[in-house]
Amino acid sequence: MTMNDVLTPTKMAKSQPWGRVRRGRYVADRALKVTCALFTALGAFVLGWILLMLIVEGVSGFSPALFTQTTPGPGTQGGGIANALVGSLILTFLGIAVATPIGVLAGTYLAEYGKGSKLAEVIRFLNDVLLAAPSILIGLFVYTLMVQPMGSYSGWAGGVALAIIAIPVIVRTTEDMLRLVPGSLREAGAALGAPLSTVIMQVSWRAARAGMVTGILLATARIAGETAPLLFTALNNNFWFKGNLMGGVSNLPVMIYQFALAPYQNWRELAWAGALIITMSILALSVVARLIVKRDHVR
Amino acid sequence: MVALTHEGLAPSRSAPVRRSPPKSFDRIFRLASFGSALLVLCVLAGILASMIYGGWPAFREFGFGFITSSVWDVQRDQYGAWVAIVGTLSTALVALVIGVPISLGIAIFLTQLCPPWLKRPVSTTIELLAAVPSIIYGMWGLFVFAPLFARFVQIPVSNLVEGIPIVGTIFHASVPSGVGILTAGIILAVMIVPFVASITRDIFDQIPPVLRESAYGIGCTTWEVVRHVLLPQAGVSIIGAVMLGLGRALGETMAVTFVIGNANRLSASLFDPGSTIASRIANEFNEALGLQLNALMALGCILFLVTFAVLVMARILVARVNAATR
Repeated sequence: MTMNDVLTPTKMAKSQPWGRVRRGRYVADRALKVTCALFTALGAFVLGWILLMLIVEGVSGFSPALFTQTTPGPGTQGGGIANALVGSLILTFLGIAVATPIGVLAGTYLAEYGKGSKLAEVIRFLNDVLLAAPSILIGLFVYTLMVQPMGSYSGWAGGVALAIIAIPVIVRTTEDMLRLVPGSLREAGAALGAPLSTVIMQVSWRAARAGMVTGILLATARIAGETAPLLFTALNNNFWFKGNLMGGVSNLPVMIYQFALAPYQNWRELAWAGALIITMSILALSVVARLIVKRDHVR
Repeated sequence: MVALTHEGLAPSRSAPVRRSPPKSFDRIFRLASFGSALLVLCVLAGILASMIYGGWPAFREFGFGFITSSVWDVQRDQYGAWVAIVGTLSTALVALVIGVPISLGIAIFLTQLCPPWLKRPVSTTIELLAAVPSIIYGMWGLFVFAPLFARFVQIPVSNLVEGIPIVGTIFHASVPSGVGILTAGIILAVMIVPFVASITRDIFDQIPPVLRESAYGIGCTTWEVVRHVLLPQAGVSIIGAVMLGLGRALGETMAVTFVIGNANRLSASLFDPGSTIASRIANEFNEALGLQLNALMALGCILFLVTFAVLVMARILVARVNAATR
């Protein structure tokens, strides 16, 4: 790295005047640097702009009622988003609870068992495709799989849809993290006579624990704000969660979608407040996840 | 002798003994992880199967005409996908045209220009851009960006180019409300930038530093290093990264649904509202019955096949540089 720094022309330029360089080269170089810096600043600017918008619009909707009352029906005054918050927490938790064991085990298979196997290669490849697949299609899939046969929208279906989105994220990070564990550790474990499953659980998983937790947190952040797959699965309503995951479950993202475009002033305020809460939680979660493991080790 | 050995072992027995699990557990564990990995395959296959199963009646009813017909009439039960397909492709294209240069710029900044202390904060910022939920982009697009866009871009540009052939048609705003295909494309561009930038950055990072250093060593400027060393080295992988962005842009739902205007007509102007496959599904699915439901599923099937093809190609292209440099 230090070699690079010494060799970059910016550093050399200080000792050597640009006068000896053709004007065109100088202009092209400067133009590139300025453009790249501007584009990066633009990205940061947009993020700042969005956060500012959320704070400006969302803070006015904050009140104690926001966290204690249920979402209001059409034309009624006041109301809160407590039921949507609770519902979102339940759905996200359900999704991650389903996705974690499956994702971790699948990632373990790819990293530990499937070395050099053709099938593992195919699965790895398709997992990457699933990682970027449109979330609305996952909603449609779960609709066909669960909502249609069961005859009603349900929290279960919402949880499964979110799990399907989270699984590829967890598979990918788990596999990458396990690959970073040195083979000699496993060999040492195996030399003590431990069966493969013990080696994996006691050695590989322990060594890769921080990274795997990061993957799970990132997956949580990813599914917490997903709207499209919940539209056709968990739907939304204005009631408290009744301890039964059958039937629609109110949740924050779909609530925001429905309320933001509504003609009622109080609905819109609730949507903005909800948007602020959800975005801040997700961004905080992503930052925390990155703090656990240095970013360069997470892919 | 026996007693002695037992005595010798006794202290360790009082200590917590970690016994290795029985042999059968080893097999169960292996099978469970294999099954979980297979589940990934099954989900992907299941998505395709459910789309084909759900969309089949529509494909059978309208045949190939489903793709080419631009009629979407719920009253007469006539459905065609053309408007949504065109909307999807044009918004994604706009997103690429705007988003790719910005992503490349960010990747070059992060790998070549950025001082080391600034690297972490900048890359975290760009990654957080990817973490913002799609629906928030939609709200930003509709309530903040669209009004500004209408006032400062749509109306002036539309007035400026009025009467000029072709350009005048493309940038004609019949109702300058700010929403439309171009707005959706711009929002999508913002959304794909973090993905494309992060992959491009990885690709640049994988190029052996000695190549860059030797180019700097013979007196190349940063521009020349980027143009003649980095880009040729990265080669097709950049196209792979771009296609990964394309895959994202094609399937993005909520943000687009907010800002595209959800009009069901074909328009030559980028300022006019339209609809994409995803936005149409999001809008109509919950109220759809019978053939309309099947038609929406068929739309989903088309979207799946297109994004699948794009993503597979992208992964192959991105993987190529990894294999080459390893």
